Amino acid sequence: MTWSEVAELLWQGLRETTWMVGFSTVLTAIGGLLVGVLLTLTERGGLLPLRPVNALLGLVVNVGRSLPFIILLVAVIPFTRAVVGTTIGTTAAIVPLTIGAIPFYARLVETAIHEVPADVVAAATAMGATRRQIVGKVLLREARPGLVAGLTVTVIALVGYSAMAGVVGGGGLGDLAIRYGYQRFETEVMIATVGVLVVFVQLIQTLGDVLVRRLYHR
Amino acid sequence: MIQIEGLRKVYRARRREVVAVDGVDLAVRDGEIFGVLGQSGAGKSTLLRCVNLLERPDAGTVVVGGVELTGLSGGRLRAARRRIGMVHQHFALLASRTAAGNVAVPLEITGVPRAARARRVAELLDLVGLAGHADAYPAQLSGGQKQRVGIARALAADPQVLLSDEATSALDPQTTGSILELLRDLNRRLGLTILLITHEMDVVKRICHSAAVMRDGRFAESGPIADLLRRPGSELAGGLFPLSGAAPDPEDPVLDLTLSGAVADQPLISQLARRFDADVRILDGTVQELAATRAGRLRITVRGDAGPVAGWLREQGVLVTEVVR
Repeated sequence: MTWSEVAELLWQGLRETTWMVGFSTVLTAIGGLLVGVLLTLTERGGLLPLRPVNALLGLVVNVGRSLPFIILLVAVIPFTRAVVGTTIGTTAAIVPLTIGAIPFYARLVETAIHEVPADVVAAATAMGATRRQIVGKVLLREARPGLVAGLTVTVIALVGYSAMAGVVGGGGLGDLAIRYGYQRFETEVMIATVGVLVVFVQLIQTLGDVLVRRLYHR
Repeated sequence: MIQIEGLRKVYRARRREVVAVDGVDLAVRDGEIFGVLGQSGAGKSTLLRCVNLLERPDAGTVVVGGVELTGLSGGRLRAARRRIGMVHQHFALLASRTAAGNVAVPLEITGVPRAARARRVAELLDLVGLAGHADAYPAQLSGGQKQRVGIARALAADPQVLLSDEATSALDPQTTGSILELLRDLNRRLGLTILLITHEMDVVKRICHSAAVMRDGRFAESGPIADLLRRPGSELAGGLFPLSGAAPDPEDPVLDLTLSGAVADQPLISQLARRFDADVRILDGTVQELAATRAGRLRITVRGDAGPVAGWLREQGVLVTEVVR
């Protein structure tokens, strides 16, 4: 394989990975925030304590977290077909990636919200804030650095998960490394792919760190 | 302004019951500063949190500005809470917002339009002496400045009442003084009623008109400070003006004198010496200007018979108790 062919492959893989990870990050952020906020609201001593809802949600999250991603990938195939109309390809891979990452991020959201001091929440309650106002103005806003740091970790985990997306024809850099590097013994391609992945992850981490620093005022 | 009757709050944890507040009655008059004094664990923090229903009492009623809060929930409780400002021991500021942003929170909650909000925030920061720090984040402010932001925030929604939960306990003595001065100033200028809890005698001395001593969930005594000081065996008097020391000659009687009001300004000791031709020795004592009254306590010893001396002092309006060895 010539270097231009390798570059072509890498470029395509990078585009696929960016698409898969980017799109599922957006969905994961929304879903994870929703589930994470619900978990903190419904817990004992929370703003809307609902034991059964909390227990059920916790169970679903834990099941999602314990399933190996490769099994989840296959298990959600019927659901994927219902949502995107196909079960193979880059777009189809977004469904299992999102489902796998939401429980992961939800727990990080929960932890970040727990970091908000209780007296700040009490202060808002004493001001006559509604639950919605407390969530928006206090919990999510105060937790922003933690939420962004957690999302950075999640995005990088998604990059890792996306390597397995090759199973459903998702493509991407990870798939490239497996197919060319591992299965066809094209060591140079594998090394080049891993190199691109390292740079990619590094970029995400740096971006996340810069953002956290700008949000952090302690 | 605040009427509390029969307030009771019990915490249940692992089959163990802890009665934090055990039947407290409290009345805070319009425009007064009322201090609840107590050790940690006395239940004063719970009491304060029951006033704006951060904790829901198990029994009793809380009425603030004519509204019975204990009968409210949901939107009407929130509306009532907006009329009660609260200051917290550890400031409870939002770290992600500037000083101005923090003061704006109660105004955002009540839906004050942006322009009016900005005006009011500037006004409030000016009121607490932080006009130049509007854009500073709490992390960039000193403890005293943070508490000033907390006070400005508590005043934002024009409350009738300010609740202060150990507002100065996390501050050094000098800063404590300036925050107490600010509270007293706000009380005078705005006619703001303040209910505060504290474990510092100094806070009661410097700004309170009335006080209660709380122990084990109950009020040991409560009322205007001048009245409490005149009451024999008052814990508040003992706490504000602790006396110690024994007479050099153990045969001599020892008297504790509590002076409250006009009598504190009388030249009592010299009159005593002249009138009875007595040797009077001061063993311990202070006379101070309190927020409520001029007051103090002295421990003296008199050579010989203390009876006539004590009688005369009582006629002058001094509370006299003989110290029994």
